[in-house]
Formats: sequence, C-alpha cells, structure tokens
Amino acid sequence: MSILVYTENWDGKFKKLSYELVSYGKGIADMMGTSLIVISIGDVDQGELKKLGDYGSDKIIEVKNGKLNHLINSAYSSIISQVAEKEGATVVILSNNFTGKALAPRVSVKLKAGLVSGVNAMPSSTDPFIVQKKTFTGKAFANVKINSVNKILTLAQNSYGIKETENKARIESFEPQLSDNDFRTEVKDVKKVTGKVLLTDAEIVVSGGRGMKGPENWGPIEELAGLLGAATACSRPVSDKGWRPHEEHTGQTGKIIAPNLYIAAGISGAIQHLAGVSSSKCIVAINKDHEAPIFEAADYGVIGDVQKVLPDLIEAVKEFKSEN
Amino acid sequence: MKILICISNVPDTTTKIRFVNDNKAFDTNGVQWIINPWDELALTRALELKEGSGGKIEKVSVISVGSHGAEPTLRKALAIGADDAIRINAEPKDAYFVASQIAAAIKDEGYDMIIAGIESSDYNGSAVGGMIAELLSIPNVSSVSKIDVEGDNVVLKREIDGGSEVLATQLPFVAIIQKGVALEPRIPSMRGIMMARQKPLKVVEPVETESLTEFVDFSLPPAKAACKMVDPENMKELVNLLHTEAKVL
Ligand SMILES: Cc1cc2nc3c(=O)[nH]c(=O)nc-3n(C[C@H](O)[C@H](O)[C@H](O)COP(=O)(O)OP(=O)(O)OC[C@H]3O[C@@H](n4cnc5c(N)ncnc54)[C@H](O)[C@@H]3O)c2cc1C
Repeated sequence: MSILVYTENWDGKFKKLSYELVSYGKGIADMMGTSLIVISIGDVDQGELKKLGDYGSDKIIEVKNGKLNHLINSAYSSIISQVAEKEGATVVILSNNFTGKALAPRVSVKLKAGLVSGVNAMPSSTDPFIVQKKTFTGKAFANVKINSVNKILTLAQNSYGIKETENKARIESFEPQLSDNDFRTEVKDVKKVTGKVLLTDAEIVVSGGRGMKGPENWGPIEELAGLLGAATACSRPVSDKGWRPHEEHTGQTGKIIAPNLYIAAGISGAIQHLAGVSSSKCIVAINKDHEAPIFEAADYGVIGDVQKVLPDLIEAVKEFKSEN
Repeated sequence: MKILICISNVPDTTTKIRFVNDNKAFDTNGVQWIINPWDELALTRALELKEGSGGKIEKVSVISVGSHGAEPTLRKALAIGADDAIRINAEPKDAYFVASQIAAAIKDEGYDMIIAGIESSDYNGSAVGGMIAELLSIPNVSSVSKIDVEGDNVVLKREIDGGSEVLATQLPFVAIIQKGVALEPRIPSMRGIMMARQKPLKVVEPVETESLTEFVDFSLPPAKAACKMVDPENMKELVNLLHTEAKVL
C-alpha cells in the first residue's frame, strides 16, 4: 500500500500548489501508516525534483518522454494509473486545478477508484474513508465516503498549506506503456500570460466590479495590485463587457479562489460572485452603497466612492511599505 | 456529425441551501431547477455550430440522468433548440454512476462530439465528462473555452494555468467546457416552447451499475462575524487593521 501524488510542473518548475499537494499526501500517508510517492511527468531537473522530498515524499518517480511536453489527458492518465498499480497506491491525489480536473476522472475509471473532487481538509477517518469537500459552489460542506478500495482525491488549492519535513527522497524513472490511442489529441499552439501573478496562485487579489465604471478606471486597481504583489480579478459583467480579460472573472462561473486577502472594489456581492471568493481568509469591500450584499461577506468595509478610496488606500499602503 | 450535450438539472444559482433528514439530504422544497449554467452554454454553442454547418451537423441531442422531475429542464433544452432528448430514469448517485449510465445509453448511437460542463453547480464533481470519455475509450479535452468546426476537423481552445492552448482532436471525443464557448446562454422563444412539446423525449431505464462514493452528511459554513466598518477618510486605519488584526499584510 502507498499514497500517490501527481504534480504537474510549469516550464520545469514546481510551485506552492505542488508542495501543498505533497504536504497533504504526507498527512494522509501518516494517517494510514504508509509511504508517499510523488510522480512528475515531463522535463524537470533533479534539483527541482528533490525539492518534493522536503515536503514528505519518500520516492519520486519521473516520467520523461518527448511526446509528453503538453498535457494529453489519455496519455497522462494512463501513466498515473500504471504507476499507481505498480506501486500498489490505494489513494491517488491531484490538484483540483484545470489539470487535475482533466485527469482525475479518467484515472478514477481506470482504477475503479471513487473520486472526491475539491477536498479541503484531511480525511476525518480512513476506514471508512470519509473526507470533506465543498458543495453548492461554496455554499455548503459535505462529508463524502468512498466505498471502493482505490480512492482518488483532488485538493482545493490553498486549503491545506505547506508543511516541510526532513525526508530525503530517492528519484526513480519509469517507462510507461503508451499506444497511439493515448495520443488522439494534439496541441497546435500555446499562449502563455507572462509577467503577471496568476489569480489562482495569488495570496492577495484586488478585484473590480461594474462600480469601476469603465476599463479606463483600472489604473488604481493595477497599481494597488502591483504594490501588494497581488493578482487582479473582476466580476462577471466586467469580463462580459470586455473591460478585463476573461481569465480574471471570479465567481460561480469563473475562477474559484481562496487568497489570504480579497479586496473588492465596486462589486455588489451577488451570490454568484461570492461563490467564487467566499473562501478568502479576509475580504475587504469598498462600495458606495451601504446596503450592498458584499458587506455581509466582508471582514472590513469601506463605504465610499472607489475613485477616491482607492487612491487613498494606495497612499496608505505606500506609507506602510516604507515603514515596514 | 451528431452532437450530444450532457445536462445536469441543478438548483437555481440564487437558491438558499438547506438540508433535511439530520443534514443527510439537500432540501428540495421550493427549489427552482435550471439547466446547469455550463451545460446551457454548451447547448448554445452546439446550436450555433449546427446552424453554421450547412447541414453537416445533423442533430443536437441532450441527455440527463434523473427522475421524472428532471423533465422540465430537458423540455427547456428542447425549447432552446435541441432536436431530441433522452432521460435515463434514475436518481443520480455519484459521478461514476451518472457517467456509466450515459456511456451505456450512447455507446452505439454514433455521437461525434459529446459535451459536458466543467462541473455541476450542485455537487461540484468535475468528473462526468472525463469519466464518459474513459468508459468509451475516446479522447477528451477539458477546460475548453472555444469550439470551432472547420470542415471535418474540430478545433478547440483550452485554458491552462497561466495561458491557453489550441488543440485538434480525433472524433468521437468529449469536450468539457467552461466559460467562453458561448457568450450568453440562449433563451427559449415562444415558438421554441411550442415546438418543444412535439419533440421526442425518450425515457430509458438505467443499467445495473454501482456508485463508488456516497454523501454522509452536509453542513453550512459558520456564520461570518459582522463586517468592521472603516472610515473612508482613514485608509491608514484599514492598512493597520489588515496588518495587525487580520495579519494579511
Ligand atoms: C447563472 C449565473 C452565474 C453567474 N456567475 C457569476 C460569476 O461567476 N461571477 C460574478 O461576478 N457574477 C456572476 N453572475 C452575475 C451576478 O449575479 C451579478 O450580476 C454580478 O456579480 C454583478 O457584478 P458587479 O458586482 O460588478 O456589478 P453590480 O451588481 O452592478 O454592482 C456594482 C456595485 O458597485 C457599486 N458602485 C457603483 N459605483 C461605485 C463607486 N463609484 N464607488 C463605489 N462603489 C460603486 C454599486 O453600489 C454596486 O454595489 C452570475 C449570474 C448568473 C445568473
């Protein structure tokens, strides 16, 4: 028996999300008294792979193959399943990000492993195996029991945190069995957004709504985000109108995020918007309408005009930065 | 070419979520049911593609696993413009159960493109589409934000962490879509609603399958402490609170 974590890499590098997954896997391995194996697919150098050991993995399995430079769902899920079978892994863990959502269902069918997606805590028990996830888009929690022998979980980003350990992991490589059938989709072109903090990775997010009145008023949002090392976000009508790129749209039908600090400027706080941001550890709302529902979800509220409050806030942050 | 959209029947997004039965079941009392928002976008895009295909796309079908109560949602899909509907007569138990039912019902029906939403807004499983693909041993492309048909080829855009990719795929395949495939969901017209009554809605009985997971119980998030109001003239105070009290700066 063992626990298997899959983490992707971004241009050969891991990030906080990877270490959080490994930490979470280590937690479950300890609960079940077994070892933790991490699998990496694609080109990652040995030094970077070794870092996964610092968060509790006992063994790191690397799979390298020129055909695997892009995510191909069938091929990747075949590889993960093959490694799980070879290592006798009964619990497989992925992120609940785009990649995890792409792979987990296929792996679940291959291993006949009950899948719980978006888990946000350690299992409350491992026999029977019961784990908590969010349901109704953040409006409720559910405890889910997995009845199958094999189990698969996808972890909600920023829900567990990272924990360093003393492990020294060894690295092994693995040659998967792949067929043409695993490569029936082909990536033709890739566009990457560079030089921006990714919304899903950000510790702080500054977000604007329709109350910002127009794209020409986004200067203060970007300036504040820049000062705080934050990502920028927006409400759905803002991206629907094309004021901001759609990858900034947060909420029920956009991105679901859980930063430490979410600053909402000119956002009313509709239930569908809150569905995407209510897991933030701290919410600041700036709105001129004291009855706006955002104040029911916020920890700190400022009733005022964004055009005036944001520049003042920027000055206060600058002052704070120079003093600290 | 034939397109199939997997439809989840979900509570309206403004529903107040409550539980009954010792918190073991969702309280459906007074709930308005809707087409899962992503499935509605998928249907809209499929209809656009069909209309622009010059007859190449013969049919857009919808399918749902659900009891009789799911029929108004399927009728709405027909009113929006789907050609026919299939209801698999079973209460959905988990994603594996739903995917197994759909895979069994369609395996010999010759659909070229099967579309599912990235998640169902009730249990947020993000699983049905990918499972159907695996059960049918066909490719899938996930987090799709654009679908085009160019001749016999399907071209897709998929969102990745920090960017996007353009993909080509062999048919048949499963597209798992998110925001972007269509701008606004289509609303049924009066004529559409009239026509929907005559369109075929086939009910099929479920096959024998297991479910691998079960919900034990539910809970609501703890009530939030009241929002602390800060004087708009004193942003220094806000920064100070974020630093010393909330400890997020
Ligand atoms: C199925 C479905 C899914 C949806 N999914 C999402 C989703 O994922 N994400 C999402 O965001 N929405 C979503 N919505 C839309 C949602 O219902 C709201 O319409 C939307 O969130 C409102 O955006 P907003 O807060 O920017 O705009 P508004 O509701 O128009 O609010 C603007 C706010 O700005 C304030 N304001 C105006 N001027 C100023 C000023 N000068 N200074 C300070 N404050 C000012 C106003 O008081 C108001 O509160 C969804 C809706 C549906 C039906």
